[in-house]
Amino acid sequence: MIKLLKYFKFMDWLASLFVVGIIVFQVWLEMELIEYMGSIISLIQMHAQGMPLTALDLWNVGWKMILIAFGICASVVVVNFLASKIAARFSKKLRTEVFKKVNSFSMEEMNKFSTASLITRSTNDIKQVEQTVFMTLRMAITAPVMACFAISKIIGSSVELSWTTGVALLIMLFLVLFLFFVAVPKFSQIQKKTDRINNVTRENLTGIRVVRAYNAEKEQEEKFEEVNKDLTKTNLFVNRVMALMWPGLELIMNGLTIAIYWVGAYLINVGTLEYYTMVTFTQYAMHVLMSFMFISMLFVFIPRGVVSGRRTNEVLSTKSKIHDGRGVKPQTVGEVEFKDVSFKYPDAQEYVLKDISFKVNKGETIAFIGSTGSGKSTLINLIPRFFDATEGEILVDGEDVKNYKLEDLNNKLGYVPQKGYLFSGTIKSNLLYGNENASDEDIEMALKVSQSDFVKKLEDGVDYEIAQGGTNVSGGQRQRLSIARAIIKKPEIYIFDDSFSALDYKTDKNLRKALKTYTKDATKIIVAQRIGTIIDADKIVVLDEGKMVGYGTHEELLKNCEVYKEIALSQLSKEEL
Amino acid sequence: MAKTEKTPKIKQRGPMGHGMNTGEKAKDFKKSMKMLIKSLRPNYVSIIFSLLFAIIGTVLALALPNVTKIVSEEIFSAISQNVSVNLQKVMTVSLWLVCMTLISALFSYFQGFILSGVTAKVTKRLRTQITQKINVLPLKYFDSQSYGDILSRVTNDVDTIGQTLNQSLSNIVTCVTMLLGALIMMFVNSWQLTLITLCAMPVSLILVSLIVKFSQKYFVKQQNSLGEINGIIEENYYAHNIVKTFNAEEKAQNDFEKVNKNLCHSAFMSQFLSGTMYPIMNFISNLVYVLICVVGGIMSIKNPLFAVTIVAFIQYMRTFNQQIGQVAQISGTLQSAAAASERVFEFLNEQEQEKEDQKTKVQLGSVKGLVEFKNVSFGYEKDKAIIHNFSAKILPGQKVAIVGPTGAGKTTLVNLLMRFYEIDGGEILIDGVNIKDMTRENVRALFGMVLQDTWIFDGTIRENIAYGTPNKTNKEIEDACCFAHIDHFIRSLPNGYDMMLDETANISQGQRQLLTIARAMVNNAPMLILDEATSSVDTRTEIMIQKAMDKLTEGRTSFVIAHRLSTIKNADQILVMKNGNIVEQGNHDELLKQNGFYAELYNSQFAE
Repeated sequence: MIKLLKYFKFMDWLASLFVVGIIVFQVWLEMELIEYMGSIISLIQMHAQGMPLTALDLWNVGWKMILIAFGICASVVVVNFLASKIAARFSKKLRTEVFKKVNSFSMEEMNKFSTASLITRSTNDIKQVEQTVFMTLRMAITAPVMACFAISKIIGSSVELSWTTGVALLIMLFLVLFLFFVAVPKFSQIQKKTDRINNVTRENLTGIRVVRAYNAEKEQEEKFEEVNKDLTKTNLFVNRVMALMWPGLELIMNGLTIAIYWVGAYLINVGTLEYYTMVTFTQYAMHVLMSFMFISMLFVFIPRGVVSGRRTNEVLSTKSKIHDGRGVKPQTVGEVEFKDVSFKYPDAQEYVLKDISFKVNKGETIAFIGSTGSGKSTLINLIPRFFDATEGEILVDGEDVKNYKLEDLNNKLGYVPQKGYLFSGTIKSNLLYGNENASDEDIEMALKVSQSDFVKKLEDGVDYEIAQGGTNVSGGQRQRLSIARAIIKKPEIYIFDDSFSALDYKTDKNLRKALKTYTKDATKIIVAQRIGTIIDADKIVVLDEGKMVGYGTHEELLKNCEVYKEIALSQLSKEEL
Repeated sequence: MAKTEKTPKIKQRGPMGHGMNTGEKAKDFKKSMKMLIKSLRPNYVSIIFSLLFAIIGTVLALALPNVTKIVSEEIFSAISQNVSVNLQKVMTVSLWLVCMTLISALFSYFQGFILSGVTAKVTKRLRTQITQKINVLPLKYFDSQSYGDILSRVTNDVDTIGQTLNQSLSNIVTCVTMLLGALIMMFVNSWQLTLITLCAMPVSLILVSLIVKFSQKYFVKQQNSLGEINGIIEENYYAHNIVKTFNAEEKAQNDFEKVNKNLCHSAFMSQFLSGTMYPIMNFISNLVYVLICVVGGIMSIKNPLFAVTIVAFIQYMRTFNQQIGQVAQISGTLQSAAAASERVFEFLNEQEQEKEDQKTKVQLGSVKGLVEFKNVSFGYEKDKAIIHNFSAKILPGQKVAIVGPTGAGKTTLVNLLMRFYEIDGGEILIDGVNIKDMTRENVRALFGMVLQDTWIFDGTIRENIAYGTPNKTNKEIEDACCFAHIDHFIRSLPNGYDMMLDETANISQGQRQLLTIARAMVNNAPMLILDEATSSVDTRTEIMIQKAMDKLTEGRTSFVIAHRLSTIKNADQILVMKNGNIVEQGNHDELLKQNGFYAELYNSQFAE
């Protein structure tokens, strides 16, 4: 949390300092208000003992009190203004920084945090930090200042009565500590149990067909009942413990008032206390209790903010392992070469890829096939430097990818991921994502090549609105649009990461045919599951457990590669081969 | 992005979805509240008791300042007359006070204790009802609803209702009692000072409503900006690779900054405006305080003993003003409670599947597996029939392959056979009995089902395999696993058959598939529904799955959503689907001869 404070700018520090000053002033005013009220009571008391008293005397005190009340109000408004401003600016700054940071991450950092966690860190956690900053500026400063002022006031009024307040304070702290240690640990349990409720329900929903097919509704309900009972029990316990809080606090405050009057009566008899002092004392004492109450509430509230702050800081202090290279001007076009490339994930024992070497030239198509977990996707992820190879080098146009400026490298590549991901906006804005200056002809061509005829059938055509996550077009359509998006970029090298599997065979075939003619100068790197997709590639690399077990054309591999033959046979019948 | 794909994505609502609930309002406040109150009926007695306790506790607490006044009066008059305070009297009254405050606290706690119990019962009941409801809703309902939405009803909405019951219910009663009580006590003490207090009320109410009106606008703006910024964040993080390879970091940052700026402004404004409410209310309360001191002082000129009344009065005045502030808060919680209960009861009142208590049961052992479709028509939406007048007769033991391009609606037939959906016209007969005349439970027991979407739930492997048929012996389970070629794998796992499985369990998609095959095997139903996997399974496992599936279908009437050529060729009947409809039917050779859609499909898929 503290580390995040470096995003506080000079102005913010200045404003915070100002806030502290105003709060001290405000608390002082509040104490004065009680003091003046005491002086009115004292005037009456002296009047009762024989001093003359006029309405004017009272008004003389009264208008000062009104001025003070106004001063308090103005101070709080100013504090509130500054605190809101500082908190909002701070969280804006944090959001910008976190977003920028995450965008700079490579896959390694993305995987380390997981996307879902990064989203929470960028949204909920920052909001929590903002709230904490705001509360700190308002409560965390006011409460201790108030405590100091009020304590000095009560001790100044009567030492004997201060002892009673001290006892009440101790009892209150004891109560708060009790609640803190008994109930607070249960809060995280409640969260866990709620998660379990969620899990069982999610399970029931996602498996609803299975549940019904197996007539297992009762089983699910019993399972739910069990977690439900468990959660309810913990909830009940916490609620019953927490129900102690308000009656307890009220008891302590009322008890203290009674004690002050009771002890006060003795002190007045002895002559060491005045009636009006006793009245103001009661109010100061309440302020002491209240301020300690607030302070203990902060102990519940601030740790939550600190956790969020730490989570945010974890993102901000992580540095991407992949940096721009020095920048190169390659002489050739459309070449990709792997030289003895091996790769393993950081901290992992086993290599995902081992000793991969191949070369593909301008206009050629190279395909990668293998079972799940054979490392095909990992292999092509090394080209756009989502990860860096552990050993060996990867050359694009004769230069090591690590030497490129990332922007230059990316400009050469047209990447189509496994899952077609679209951005909210229109079809057009999605297509122009990598090349804002593309002409309408370019768009038309790309749609044609990617077999996206469905766009024409849409009422709005390319201006069709895409919902967040692209949920309002089908998976196959998303995939075709994301292929079109890469085509519009007119890259030297295409990378298709299993991009054809969401398409049916027919579309797959037509698309490859169109790609062949339209992008004949571009190099194509294809990862595939289906033999049909890669059957006419210039080179096929067969991967098995991260090693190259075959390299050649379809016909060659059928003859000399067992793994390839096995895959082919599982998909096609003998006569078809 | 291997790791990210696993992250559960809640539909419609983003990760912040739950936080955004706060501003929600019920469409029909009265109706929702009525339903909530009605659902509390079994707990009325406890609730009435707890409210009674709340009133007693509050009344006692309210009496305190005025009893304390007796002590003050004693002290004050003693000072004025320069005599000693009667300590005996002070002690007696103080002891009374101690008793009162103790009893008041005790009653308040009883109230909280009872109400916590009620809350626990009610929330538990609601959750159970929702789960039971999930299991009796027609599957159709789930087509239009996202899981995230139903999930948030089970947890967030029920929690909101629970919190409201726990706090607001007693708060309302305490608040009303306090307001009335404090008002009465103020009048008892001094009607003049009471009038001053009451005069200030409309002023503060007007100011507060003005502030609320202004800040509400910014709260809405803030919610919108938050939603927008979450959208951008999710989108960019999930599509991280694309942002990078398309060099779009800067563009993304610019889009983000625009919304971020708006968010910053609206967050500031809403925070500031709503934060202004407190000092202004407090200012007015302080003004009244000053006026009471001064006017009370003036009144004391004639009667100095009035000074003690001022002190007591100030306490009542503070209580009164505090409760006015409470009213705004309570109405806020009631609003969100109404919204929550509206969502919960809306769900609980959804149309259920028709009850079928009086339907006949078919004896399982005697089923031969003759399935007939007679002029079946069906559509997912009314008036939009996708299957028209479909008829087919499948003899016992035959294998039916359902083929068609992606999205052709191949699962529709499964949905109809299993009565997940009801057909609109015609009939489906099993061994001559219309499936509408059997109970759904009965129909479903006739089929074993293996879907591509393998479903593993939290529990041991053994429980997962014996799912729906809990009284199977270990031998039967293990035999089924041998049969499904998964026994060896299971035994290689830590704890073997007793290993706990969950979402994150490290077993591959292919192994999951084998587990579900074993599950169908144990279930040993007379007929089968299979969905062949398309991809994401490595070759060797794929072959094992095929073998297991082939064994499973032996001698059973089976419906296979087929992707594999050998399955299709060996099928006794092929149903070819296109755009939801069955366009051709027959066996492989017949269909090829027809040279229609099947032939086209076959040529493009399997012949290069």
